[in-house]
Amino acid sequence: MKLKWENHGLKSPLARARGLGSAKEGTDHWFMQRVTAIANIALSGWFVLSIISLTNSELAINDPMGVNDPMGVRIIEGFAYETFTNWLEQPVNAILMTLTVITSFYHASLGAQVIVEDYIHAEWFKILKLIGIKLFYFAGAVACIFSIAKIAF
Amino acid sequence: MSDKPAAKERPLSPHLQVYKPQMTSVLSIMHRAAGFALAVGLIMIIWMLVAAASGPEAFKTFLNFCGSWIGKLMLLGWSAAFFYHLSNGIRHLIWDTGHLFKIENAYKAGYVVLGSTVVLTSIFWILV
Repeated sequence: MKLKWENHGLKSPLARARGLGSAKEGTDHWFMQRVTAIANIALSGWFVLSIISLTNSELAINDPMGVNDPMGVRIIEGFAYETFTNWLEQPVNAILMTLTVITSFYHASLGAQVIVEDYIHAEWFKILKLIGIKLFYFAGAVACIFSIAKIAF
Repeated sequence: MSDKPAAKERPLSPHLQVYKPQMTSVLSIMHRAAGFALAVGLIMIIWMLVAAASGPEAFKTFLNFCGSWIGKLMLLGWSAAFFYHLSNGIRHLIWDTGHLFKIENAYKAGYVVLGSTVVLTSIFWILV
């Protein structure tokens, strides 16, 4: 048998309708930020190591599609088109890149949300930015995953 | 909020101008700033992947931007921000486990974070 307040909690109907007070659901955001952070340590570490290996690969330095940099910065030659797409085609790299994109975009979206909540005070602008940020990072993640799939298949 | 009569401007005592910058506070705001810079940098990743999927010409445009002096400056900034955010992020995660709260230890860890940022960024740009 349910007690009278177990259906609605201890708030009066007017208080419930106004909806002010604690949102009580922030822990999810906090936890997901930590989870994606831990995943990102591994995944972005892999990405950084991949960049280093791409720019140092033999194929990269002689690739004709690479841009010749007068200062000899090899990051540009290493990212020549053939080298990069050959690297991304391999299933392991495509999968890890997709995971990196997902976790880092989610982490960035959560972080940007916190920044907006802290520094923007006009209510309408804050809501606009919050929705815009979530949509932007979701769209960006979809764009990246689609591009990876297009290269890999 | 908008239907109240305009409040009279009252003076505020100085805060940011006078509070001594400390390892804890400065590293914390830098963590946020680095995170914001990286969030903007993710747009470059989107550009890179979409350009790679679009063909050699689009990718060449991307590479030309990376090779320009402004592109290289941005890449340097982003790599520094990345390694700083990574190191300080690990410090945050250690705080979440309950360690490093003693102020001397937090300061020591702060020095470790700054040192590792410099070291990792240099190693990255030497190797690349």
